[in-house]
Amino acid sequence: MTQEQSEDLVKRILFQVAPELEGEDVDPDEPFREQFEIDSMDFLNLVIGLNKETGIEIPEEDYPKLETLSGCVAYLNQRKGQT
Amino acid sequence: MSDFKMPSLGADMDAGTLVEWLKQPGDKLGKGDVIAVVETQKGAIEIEVFHDAVMGVHLVEPGERVTVGTTIARLDDGEIEEPEHEAAAPPSALPATETLAPAAVAHIRKPEEERLKITPAARKRAEEMGIDLQIVSPDAAGVIGLAELEAAAKGQTPILTRTKAGIDPVEMRRAIAAAMARSKREIPHYYVSSDLDVTALMTWLEGENRKRPVAERLLYAVPLIRALCLSLAKTPELNGIHEGDVFRPDEAVHAGIAVSMRGGGLIAPAILNADTLDLDVLRKALADLVQRVRAGRLKSSEMTSATVTISNLGEKTADMLMPVIYPPQVAIIGCGQIRETARFKSGAWQARRVMTVTVAADHRVSDGRIAARFLNDAQRQLDHPEKL
Repeated sequence: MTQEQSEDLVKRILFQVAPELEGEDVDPDEPFREQFEIDSMDFLNLVIGLNKETGIEIPEEDYPKLETLSGCVAYLNQRKGQT
Repeated sequence: MSDFKMPSLGADMDAGTLVEWLKQPGDKLGKGDVIAVVETQKGAIEIEVFHDAVMGVHLVEPGERVTVGTTIARLDDGEIEEPEHEAAAPPSALPATETLAPAAVAHIRKPEEERLKITPAARKRAEEMGIDLQIVSPDAAGVIGLAELEAAAKGQTPILTRTKAGIDPVEMRRAIAAAMARSKREIPHYYVSSDLDVTALMTWLEGENRKRPVAERLLYAVPLIRALCLSLAKTPELNGIHEGDVFRPDEAVHAGIAVSMRGGGLIAPAILNADTLDLDVLRKALADLVQRVRAGRLKSSEMTSATVTISNLGEKTADMLMPVIYPPQVAIIGCGQIRETARFKSGAWQARRVMTVTVAADHRVSDGRIAARFLNDAQRQLDHPEKL
């Protein structure tokens, strides 16, 4: 997956979790929580979506790495590389 | 015949707009059936009927706004006969008794089942654009969404951005203000709070979630709500309805869960019989409720039957809140964020995780001692998460 594909994937899942954000610009480095009022349940749904789409098992300890768009992309690429 | 009136869906509602009838004259109605959708300050609410009957006549047309208490339909509740045109009722038309599933179960619907024929965003957009939904063809799954609406409008309408699930934030703010002003005017609040130790809970939860696939992991809100509901079930003075100078405690705990809307606003619909739901059922009920709050699709019973409210601020928020009771309830439990702190315990300083839990309750019904007893019981529940 290229950087761009990963980014599109994360954004698509984010917009599924919070449909009213569809089309919004996402700042890659600002946490979703601050940027879009994403709460714990939205965040869990985001993690569920990432797991479903990529098959990557995401342990709870890794959640802090997924708080931003750039964090998600880096994490996906790193974990993809391992499998 | 009986009159079916526009229900009041909260202390603050004075009128509602009928969006659509889901039951037509002659249709058989079982207790709990959704018969209509009404637009309120809190979004589109599904209106349920509370006894078995047959839909008689509609007295209000879609699009009409009427005050609470206006008769909107007449129901035939005498002999439930097979209407002629329904002589060959499909076998799927269950006898009324079989629709009396336990309330709690009835409200936990799978996402597939609650897929709406029209999405709330599409409904709102259609109204704004003046599009008759009859002319819109649904997608392959039978759903009318924004895309289908756009197709029907054939590009002659401007594309809107960011809808808010059919909820007008100004109206919602007005509704919250009305309910909270009434609360502060009528209810003599008192507040009691403790820092509850949630170290055992969080340690247990981390182990539990390691065993669970992502989709089944528990947010800490789930065991927290369970613990609070078990303690509420033992504290009737905090769980019930105060109306007309009389307090009626409730045997069941219908826990209103404060859910915030992105962009502002708050709705606290109830999870019915929450004290009887195990962790996994509660997890699904909570996910379902939050999803429907944000999609603007709640049921009338969820809006009116809460016997107490839980307001959980959540991660990365603030340490403590002093919540305001939602009338006609008599208590609300406010949970701050979990924080790490040093506590002197068993003769040594220890790193512990604590949550400040505040009970706001009604002095017409109880005193601080009751709230303290409740908090102590909640601590005991939280100390044994494996039993939750």
